[in-house]
Amino acid sequence: MLAVRDLSAWIGGSHILQGVTFAVAGTGVTALLGRNGVGKTSTLRAILGELPATGSVTFDGEPVLGRPTHRLVRAGLGYVPEDRCVFAGLSVAENLRLACRVPDPDYDTVYSLFPELRTRARQRAGTLSGGQQQMVAIGRLLLNPNRLLLIDEPTKGLAPRVVAEVTAVIAEVAQRVPILLVEQNLAVVRRLAGTAVVLAAGRVAWQGEAADLLGDADRTRSLLGVGSTGLGRGAASDAPGQTDRKKDHR
Amino acid sequence: MSQSPSRAAPAFRAVAPLAVVAVAAVLPWSTVDIPGVFDGPLNSPGTLQLLALCLVFGGLATGYDLLFGRAGLLSFGHALYLAVGAYGVDILVTHAHWPLWAAVPAAAVGGAALAALLGSVALRTTGIAFAMVTLAFAQVGSILTQRDPGGLTGGEEGLPMDGSRLPGFLVGVANTVNLYWLALAFLVVVVVVVHRVDRGPYGRVLAGLRDDERRVAVLGLSPYRFKLVTFTLSGGLAALGGVVYALVVGGASPALAASDLTLSLLVMAVLGGPGTRWGPVIGGILYTYLDQRLTSLGGTGAVRHLPGVLRGPLSQPLFVLGAVFILAVYFAPGGLAGLGRRGAALARALRTRRSDPARAGAGAAPGAGATAATGATEN
Amino acid sequence: MSTVVLLALTGLGLGALYFLIASGLSLVFGLADVLNFAHGLFLSVGAYATWWAGGRLSGPWGFTVAVLFGVACGAAVGGLVELVLIRPLYRRPTEQVLVTVGLSLAGVALLQAGWGADPRRYPSPQWTQKVTRVLGADVPNDRLLLIGVAVLVLAGLLAILRFTRYGLVIRAGVENRAMVSALGIDVRRAFTLVFAIGGALAGLAGALGGVYFGSVSPGQGASLLIFAFIVVVIGGMGSVTGSAYAAVAVGLLQQFVNYYGTAGAGDICVVALLAVVLLVRPAGIAGRAAT
Repeated sequence: MLAVRDLSAWIGGSHILQGVTFAVAGTGVTALLGRNGVGKTSTLRAILGELPATGSVTFDGEPVLGRPTHRLVRAGLGYVPEDRCVFAGLSVAENLRLACRVPDPDYDTVYSLFPELRTRARQRAGTLSGGQQQMVAIGRLLLNPNRLLLIDEPTKGLAPRVVAEVTAVIAEVAQRVPILLVEQNLAVVRRLAGTAVVLAAGRVAWQGEAADLLGDADRTRSLLGVGSTGLGRGAASDAPGQTDRKKDHR
Repeated sequence: MSQSPSRAAPAFRAVAPLAVVAVAAVLPWSTVDIPGVFDGPLNSPGTLQLLALCLVFGGLATGYDLLFGRAGLLSFGHALYLAVGAYGVDILVTHAHWPLWAAVPAAAVGGAALAALLGSVALRTTGIAFAMVTLAFAQVGSILTQRDPGGLTGGEEGLPMDGSRLPGFLVGVANTVNLYWLALAFLVVVVVVVHRVDRGPYGRVLAGLRDDERRVAVLGLSPYRFKLVTFTLSGGLAALGGVVYALVVGGASPALAASDLTLSLLVMAVLGGPGTRWGPVIGGILYTYLDQRLTSLGGTGAVRHLPGVLRGPLSQPLFVLGAVFILAVYFAPGGLAGLGRRGAALARALRTRRSDPARAGAGAAPGAGATAATGATEN
Repeated sequence: MSTVVLLALTGLGLGALYFLIASGLSLVFGLADVLNFAHGLFLSVGAYATWWAGGRLSGPWGFTVAVLFGVACGAAVGGLVELVLIRPLYRRPTEQVLVTVGLSLAGVALLQAGWGADPRRYPSPQWTQKVTRVLGADVPNDRLLLIGVAVLVLAGLLAILRFTRYGLVIRAGVENRAMVSALGIDVRRAFTLVFAIGGALAGLAGALGGVYFGSVSPGQGASLLIFAFIVVVIGGMGSVTGSAYAAVAVGLLQQFVNYYGTAGAGDICVVALLAVVLLVRPAGIAGRAAT
């Protein structure tokens, strides 16, 4: 579905991506992992065209690197950024309406997954809780027929119960649309991901089945370092939030 | 006076500017006549006055570039300090009867002090808000000079300097050459100061500030304090320039405090090449020359025969300068200095028959290289 | 008492003028991040266009048509400037500002070349020269005209922002331009629209400013522009209601202090207000929000 080859990008003067190569499967969830600051978010932004980059990115066979972001999104690439980025001054309904790209958007699916969005339609999005904002952020993607979703740290900063809800929603969405997921919470990754790609020092350090990576505690520790939550706690797959979460210093 | 390539012998780089200054210093003794460019031979008072003005603005543009090109601060109120210098020395000499040797440092220091005061407020903001605050402060200055408080500033007509209070060698048409040398001295002082600042560790901090403030803050340095010192220094240099201007022109006028003047300085810095060694100097000289001469260009034979619709705009110097400026922003973002550097890099590449993209990128003027990279993605 | 009423209505009239200029400028800055020095040029274009048309049209609706013509010219110039000059410099904000600076210099010079630097008498309709008795004061009608138009414009702008799709895009874009692109929307079209709206409003301000001042001159835009900038910053960049509050505050402050203090003190007070607001609340009164 998405093939990234030799992706290179700079932020300020630092060469943050130095030739990243990986592929995203046409179904299920591919997790993009790595330590803090290694460039996971930058990879997503480079794919989207928000960051100038060299290399090649193919989306469903078409080369897309360098295309303006809005055109790429119209071609079916949905994006949920870190920190959600819902529009605080707009109401929930307006946030959803803004995202509609097709003449009949799929409100049924969205409201069935997130009934609260219907009840809170007129509420200003800035007054929503983190979890509710995440619902808006994911919901607005589902209104349109997307072919691939890029989701950046959806559970960051959320309470454990909400993390479970969000994870469940993403699991359900993943049955219909492939997802490239950036996550620090390994329990969430364990629950959702089929494939995993690990970034280190600007390149891909490991690619393969997520289960293989997470089952090997030594490899997990060496690639992802201390501070990745869910490490070696053996947390049950349906209670990912029960492990203690280290604060994200960004 | 074009930008020397960075690989050229260091000796050449050190000697060339001195040679130019030497030539400029002996210029008034030549009787060379360049028709069209100047109205009279090089040693005539009219030409010397024009050249002196060009040199003053070369210095003023360089002082402004310290803020804009090197520290990345877009100030729209720079003219205020210029006016303080000009009006300061004028008022002290003409009204308060101070001797010139006392009035000059007083006016310059006064300008610097005002810059420190206003800068301490303005620098608490950044970007557009900073630009607006500096513009607003300058507007106040402009209003004050026009209202003529206490009869000091002479209101809309300006304040001519009382020649009888000045030392003899600065007064009178025959002494225009002394004013020329004064302007040249001012330009040399400004260039030396700015280059000194640029070379030293202080200059590196400024460059860091321009690119990313957090990098500087992380080092434990206070960006605010650095910016304030730069702002004060730049204001002081502007005030000094105002003093020299007032001497060259023979007085001060409210146009000095207008926002248009700061915009002109901005145009000079950008046309010449912001952040470069000689760019603002060239920009200042060229702009002033064109501004003064283009009005008379409208009366020359060539333009008179153009159809009316072309003749009108072309006889307005600001139209030509504004249009050239816009073209420069598109096609020559590094200014003349950037063009010179690109030309030198091209010549080098042709000579060695090797194209080295890293070197070409490194040689580009600040802003030009980075924007070339980001400009590549169409969006 | 009648002095106070007169001062208040004159201040509000001036504030109305500032609002017309500042609201467009604020949207342009809030959405497109462009510090548009050419805004004064849009104002002058509107003023001269209305002056030109007004001199040729007669009859009761002649002036209204002339004003609409001025507004249309302002909008056209605004949109063209964005398309031709600003858009190619996307993501190069300093260069964009520089281009608007160059444009303001060249444009004013062009007007000067065409119509001379001296002020020209303005074809204001007769009724604007008369006065109306309000609360014991004789208020010139041009003030009331300005206030009325500004109120209508404010209502219209808020309606556009709230009820139209482009209004939604603008409100979202002022908050977070990158995210709007990430939703598949071409923000650049909104930029052109905002420039055109700004140009139209500036043109309207120029047209009505001519009535207020009684004449048009090439430099008129520049002197009003500085106060409009101050209003934008005080009100909060990107906020229309913020501009409205700030414009009222600036207009009233200027009038009252200029009258009860010395001439010019009002302008200085306005600048002091700017400094105070920036130190206390750098985002302005309304912060960064379109409404």
